[in-house]
Amino acid sequence: MRESAITVSHLGKRYGATVALDDLSLEVERGEIFGIIGPNGSGKTTTVECIQGLRQPDSGEIRVLGIDPLRERSRLRTLVGSQLQESALPDRIRVWEALDLFAAISPNSMDWQELVDDWGLREKWNSGFADLSGGQRQRLLVALALVNRPEIVFLDEMTTGLDPASRRVAWDLIEEIRQRGTTVVLITHFMDEAEHLCDRIAVVDHGRVIANGTPAELVDTYGGQASVLFSTEADGLDWLEEVPGAERVERIGNQVAVYGSGPLLAYTGAALVTHGIAPLDLRAGHRSLEDAFLNLTKTRAGST
Amino acid sequence: MNALRKLTWIEFKLFVRDPLSMVFTLLLPFFFLIVLNGVFGNEPELDPEEDVWFGVGPADYYVPAYIGLVMAAIGVLSLPVRLATYRELGVLRRFRASSMPLWAVLTGQIIITLAVAVVGGVSIALASAIVYGTHFPNSFPLFALGFGLSALSFAALGVFLGSVLPTARSAQGAGLMLFFVMFLLSGVGPPRDALSGGMRTVGDALPLTYVVQILQGAWLQSSWDVTASFVVLGILAGASLLSFRLFRWE
Repeated sequence: MRESAITVSHLGKRYGATVALDDLSLEVERGEIFGIIGPNGSGKTTTVECIQGLRQPDSGEIRVLGIDPLRERSRLRTLVGSQLQESALPDRIRVWEALDLFAAISPNSMDWQELVDDWGLREKWNSGFADLSGGQRQRLLVALALVNRPEIVFLDEMTTGLDPASRRVAWDLIEEIRQRGTTVVLITHFMDEAEHLCDRIAVVDHGRVIANGTPAELVDTYGGQASVLFSTEADGLDWLEEVPGAERVERIGNQVAVYGSGPLLAYTGAALVTHGIAPLDLRAGHRSLEDAFLNLTKTRAGST
Repeated sequence: MNALRKLTWIEFKLFVRDPLSMVFTLLLPFFFLIVLNGVFGNEPELDPEEDVWFGVGPADYYVPAYIGLVMAAIGVLSLPVRLATYRELGVLRRFRASSMPLWAVLTGQIIITLAVAVVGGVSIALASAIVYGTHFPNSFPLFALGFGLSALSFAALGVFLGSVLPTARSAQGAGLMLFFVMFLLSGVGPPRDALSGGMRTVGDALPLTYVVQILQGAWLQSSWDVTASFVVLGILAGASLLSFRLFRWE
């Protein structure tokens, strides 16, 4: 079993009459990229703030690298980095001044010049925070989260405001952060981002974890029916219904669709070859994390 | 310690880049000084019945008063607006998440208050001496003591206002009002003895009134205003204690 970086058990938090967290539990392993996804107001940010000791939960227990974040907040802070949502810097602080300042806070900070290049801030390094674009601000805040060489880094809606190209660059950098051994906790509402980056994902809704697993597991369990598509001129395809996992076969002209669950593509392919049919366009109907996410949360969408 | 040094230096640069702070702490007192000295000159009033200038020339009377005004501008305007803005934008949140200690954030602000008060005070004293031939403090040690106490007190008041005023806008509104009321009723604009009874009563409730009394006493007569210094000390203690309880990161 892998060592756990974060253990959260039975977390509860209310704001007045609103229940923000309702018996939320999750576990993040060391060295993984762990995604937290969920609709707006589902409790993602509150969870991460509790984990960092920035908010006090009403009930439940949290351990981060063995530390209780409320009791040993200052020790924890030297081990984690954080790019917070809704945080900012003074309007007139320059990029290099911010990096220099935040590097000075922590005893084992890295050379921030490296971060300036990694995060594409070189040409803006003498600009004031207020003069940066949304994407540049976001990149600076991520760089600040990394300057103390954290063991765990929290990235909350990190790629919001980044253009598609910068997002790809950010993804590569996050992969790189993980390869250096840093555990990454990623809050995002971009499903493609979660699917691409995360080793494991917790889906949070109404203050609880309603599903968790690898992206593939979530897609397989909650992504709806698997489907396999191909075209053929051959008749008499009744045997397709016998393919393991197949539940339904539809045919419109030459186009055939097999619906079902499990590793449907492999079994369908094998059966087709056995019957002497080798379609050039055999493919799986695409199911994405987005489908799984919508299936998981749609029942409640009407109520929010 | 390194963090405090860096933060203070950066905050100092931010202060200089901030037009509101620069105008109210370093430019406006000079402007008032030029206008009022132009009106009143620097001839002492010889008839004790008529004298509102404590026996010295008006320009001499105003030097310690304006030094007090510089501190007041930082304490009620520049510092609270900065803290409230930081809270509103999430700068304090950012600091907190990066384990920037609260004491470092506040100590930095206090150091800047003292530094700017010294810079502002020295420039006013020098400019006034050169242009209007005014005098330097009668008792330098007493003045330095009064200066330190007053500046610390306004710094504490600034942190207190910055702790209770929720937004930059509210801090600016409250700060501007306090600044101008204090300017008019604390003896920095018209001398206190020229004010009507009612105005003087309002002035009695303003911190700058007592700061000006301490500074003028030390500067003009080598005297120490015991009552005023207790009031200022009380403001320092009260504001510190309240900010300690009421300070909010977000």
